[in-house]
Amino acid sequence: MNRTQHMVPSGIVAAVALWVCWISYTQQPADAFLFPRLISTAFLLLALWTFGKAVLGLSKAGAGLSMQMMSNLAPGLLVAGIYVFWAAKTLGFYAATSLAFFALLSAYDPAPNNSARTWIRRLLITIGYIAVMYGLFALVLKVYTPRGIII
Amino acid sequence: MEFLYYFGEVFTPVSMLLLVGGTVGGLILGATPGLSPTMAVALLIPFTFHLKPVHGLILLGAAYTSTVAGGAVSAILLKIPGAPANIATTLDGHEMAKRGQGAKALQLAFLSSLVGGVFGVLLLIFLTPLLAQWALAFGPSHLFWLAILGVTVIGSLDSGSVVKGLLSGCIGMWLATIGYDDMQGVQRFIFHDALGGGVNIIAALIGLFAIPQVLTMFAKGRHDDSIEAIKVQTHPIGEAIREVFKRSKALIIGTLSGSFIGLIPGVGGQIAGLVAYDQTKKFSSEKEKFGTGHSEGVIAAEAANNAMVGPSLVPLLTLSIPGSPTAAVLLGGLLIHGIFPGSDLFDNHPDVAWPFINSMLIGQILMCAFGIYVASFAAKIAQVPQSIMAAAVLGLAVFGSFSVQQSMGDVYVMMALGTMMYFLERYGFSAAPLVLGLILGPIAESNYIQGSLIAGATDGQFAYFFGGALNLLLIGVVVLSIGYSVFVEMRSRRALA
Repeated sequence: MNRTQHMVPSGIVAAVALWVCWISYTQQPADAFLFPRLISTAFLLLALWTFGKAVLGLSKAGAGLSMQMMSNLAPGLLVAGIYVFWAAKTLGFYAATSLAFFALLSAYDPAPNNSARTWIRRLLITIGYIAVMYGLFALVLKVYTPRGIII
Repeated sequence: MEFLYYFGEVFTPVSMLLLVGGTVGGLILGATPGLSPTMAVALLIPFTFHLKPVHGLILLGAAYTSTVAGGAVSAILLKIPGAPANIATTLDGHEMAKRGQGAKALQLAFLSSLVGGVFGVLLLIFLTPLLAQWALAFGPSHLFWLAILGVTVIGSLDSGSVVKGLLSGCIGMWLATIGYDDMQGVQRFIFHDALGGGVNIIAALIGLFAIPQVLTMFAKGRHDDSIEAIKVQTHPIGEAIREVFKRSKALIIGTLSGSFIGLIPGVGGQIAGLVAYDQTKKFSSEKEKFGTGHSEGVIAAEAANNAMVGPSLVPLLTLSIPGSPTAAVLLGGLLIHGIFPGSDLFDNHPDVAWPFINSMLIGQILMCAFGIYVASFAAKIAQVPQSIMAAAVLGLAVFGSFSVQQSMGDVYVMMALGTMMYFLERYGFSAAPLVLGLILGPIAESNYIQGSLIAGATDGQFAYFFGGALNLLLIGVVVLSIGYSVFVEMRSRRALA
């Protein structure tokens, strides 16, 4: 794993730590930020230490991310992001969950895509899954979920 | 013997139903590779909202106990540990299964889990009130240091790098300060509407433990992950019972080492199983058989990882310091029901605390009974393709985090924290200290503020927080745990070089 790979996450963490520290020491009333000041100081020191080690190429912990992993991850992360941050509220929980589940299954199921049986199997699994979720959350737990364009 | 008085609550129809449901569900979840006990308990917490606190905790306790034991199923039949705690079980358990002794290995695993688990819960029953009495002497400064100790111990032991572990703890403590300040109602770090009420602990727990596992499954891509489980043939249970008692040395070493390791905050079942395996091998007269399918290896490892469960809750219930990441999630489960562990837990909520502990005792017996019969069925479920598992867990995480407060904000926080944690974990950061920081942060802050007020009226901050034998002892343990972890890290780095 190269040095840049470690520098990016530890750099982001250090930047967040710097921002937290800045807010903690500049916001008023000071009494409300007494504990955040304590924490943010330790946060910043440890983050700078980690970033320094990454810059010097001394960071060894963690397996890192390969390009192959990133490209495998990308479609799933995209579907999950759209599902959580947009579709669940806009389309409705159950509709969005069905679509996301089916999309993820289609993206990661190794079965051949050119077979009608594969698509019917995926559809049946999705219907079964959403039926269980509806039974569990709507009927048993009576959780009110946001209604969207579809349901 | 106060606990005997509360046994009745465990035998009510609702409690028994939850115990059985939690045990069977936990066995199946535990047997599923990729679903850790911590994640299973975190995903179950939203279901406990609709239950009385005692029933919610009975469900979580049953799931905790049986997921650890259920991990043995996939360890033995698939050679994939269901949880890190079952790594040592694969060494001999799978070899036994390959020789056609899968049923025997499973029976030995569940029987030794039962013995280890019951011993561990008995320790929990008898040690907890003693420690709780001692904890009565704790003032704000001690509680502040205890909270710091909880974060630093797990931060330094449960991470690939001590600095990154401690940094994760700091991130968690900072996240806990987001929202409105309790004392003055001042807004702190609210940079998005979703954070108005602060970071919801349950949504965060689900995100931090479930989403990284979902993304890990995605990162493997489209691949055929079908695993062939070894077929289980019948084996007389009486013979397995005789074998367990014949191998009593392995059982005793496993049980004692697991219980002792469970009492040390931050040291998990993974270490318990491996230490017990190693020690049993050292004391065995058949050392050469270890690794080739020797029953002592299975007995020692499984007795240890279940013996660890009860004692890991001792520091949680008395001092609010979780002994393991799963215990940290249980702490979240206690807090959302308004139950604060500590010295007065058994005075204020004996009707919740004792039935919960007692249910874990009964849960061990159910785990063993169901485990032996559910094992082959659980192994089939463990073969569910990861594409289905990942999509199902994602949906469950979204519904679970939403149902906490019926808030989309919690779902956003869950997803954002989970995604962040996945990337951080790839670079050596760890979720357990972050969760500990998030849970113990408010305890540390309230005691720090209270302590500062007392210090202002007495000897000053330094004398109050750094004076007195108990403060110095706690600070000493904090320094010692960090120092020890740094030493271990440097030694292993030197060994690698």
